[in-house]
Amino acid sequence: MNKNWPLWEVFIRSKAGLNHKHVGSLHAADAEMAIQNARDVYTRRNEGVSIWVVESKHITASDPEDADQMYEPAKDKVYRHPTFYNLPDELKHM
Amino acid sequence: MQDQNKFNYIIQQADNCLILGQRLAEWCGHGPVLEQDIAMTNISLDLIGQARLLYQYASEIQEEGKTEDDLAYLRDAWDFKNVLLVEQPNGDFGKTIFRQFLYDTFSCFFYEELMKSTDERLASIAAKSHKETLYHMKWSGDWVIRLGDGTEESHNRIQQSVNELWSYKDEIISINSVDQEAEKAGYGVSLELIKNKRNEKIKAVLEEATLSTPESDYAHKGGKEGTHSEYLGYILADLQFLQRAYPGNQW
Repeated sequence: MNKNWPLWEVFIRSKAGLNHKHVGSLHAADAEMAIQNARDVYTRRNEGVSIWVVESKHITASDPEDADQMYEPAKDKVYRHPTFYNLPDELKHM
Repeated sequence: MQDQNKFNYIIQQADNCLILGQRLAEWCGHGPVLEQDIAMTNISLDLIGQARLLYQYASEIQEEGKTEDDLAYLRDAWDFKNVLLVEQPNGDFGKTIFRQFLYDTFSCFFYEELMKSTDERLASIAAKSHKETLYHMKWSGDWVIRLGDGTEESHNRIQQSVNELWSYKDEIISINSVDQEAEKAGYGVSLELIKNKRNEKIKAVLEEATLSTPESDYAHKGGKEGTHSEYLGYILADLQFLQRAYPGNQW
């Protein structure tokens, strides 16, 4: 029997309007305890206003072995960045 | 001294916060798991923060040019007016949890009432502290339920702590002359009111935790009058050592 509590991934929203960001992981017996632990471990220095937790086993990750075929092909396709347009001067913050 | 009774009234609660904060701080680095180690030290810091606000105000009322540090570090055991509950040893995790739960069910309802104090300074300290204690009560209450309704071992161990600490439950809502005068003057709370809310909360949590309630209502008393158990001297020896050995030393 595995005596360790399951691992949870923690996501914190730092301010209203921003998205939740992954900040780390922790152990907890269930979701409610995971939220409380996340509050105590990851928001004690005023880091957040909202917490998501998800059990780590539910996260599906891409295989590092596939990195070449997955990510290499995008590297030489600069035309996919919208940097070739001439913007009018009046347009700010682009 | 502006108001001797108000000073005494504030010191009672400030000492509860400081001594329980110190007890919880003993867990630092020794918690059962990292997450709970941090939870307990967070609560410890909340309590010491509350103690500071109260000591600061008390020292202003005292008008002797003393500071919060003098009140925390340079008084002797008989000057401390904390209840016997908060000086009880940590024991195992379950005992610390149940001691905390008995305290949180007091402090949460106490601050809720104190927010209505006629003294604005006390009302604002209470408003800030009440938010903290709501979380403390949630945390300790959840753990009483988890341990009580957990494994056979966790159930038996926390039941043992319930039995051991039961006679320390009620001193904190016992009414002395300081409480009476404070309530009459309007800056203090009705402990009778708090007692009922607190007992209901304790009953509900014990039931959910499948724990049995000890029958005896006997309550150890003395802390509020400065007559303490043998533990307080040791706590103060740790807490006050630095200022006693090196007077005036600073960070």
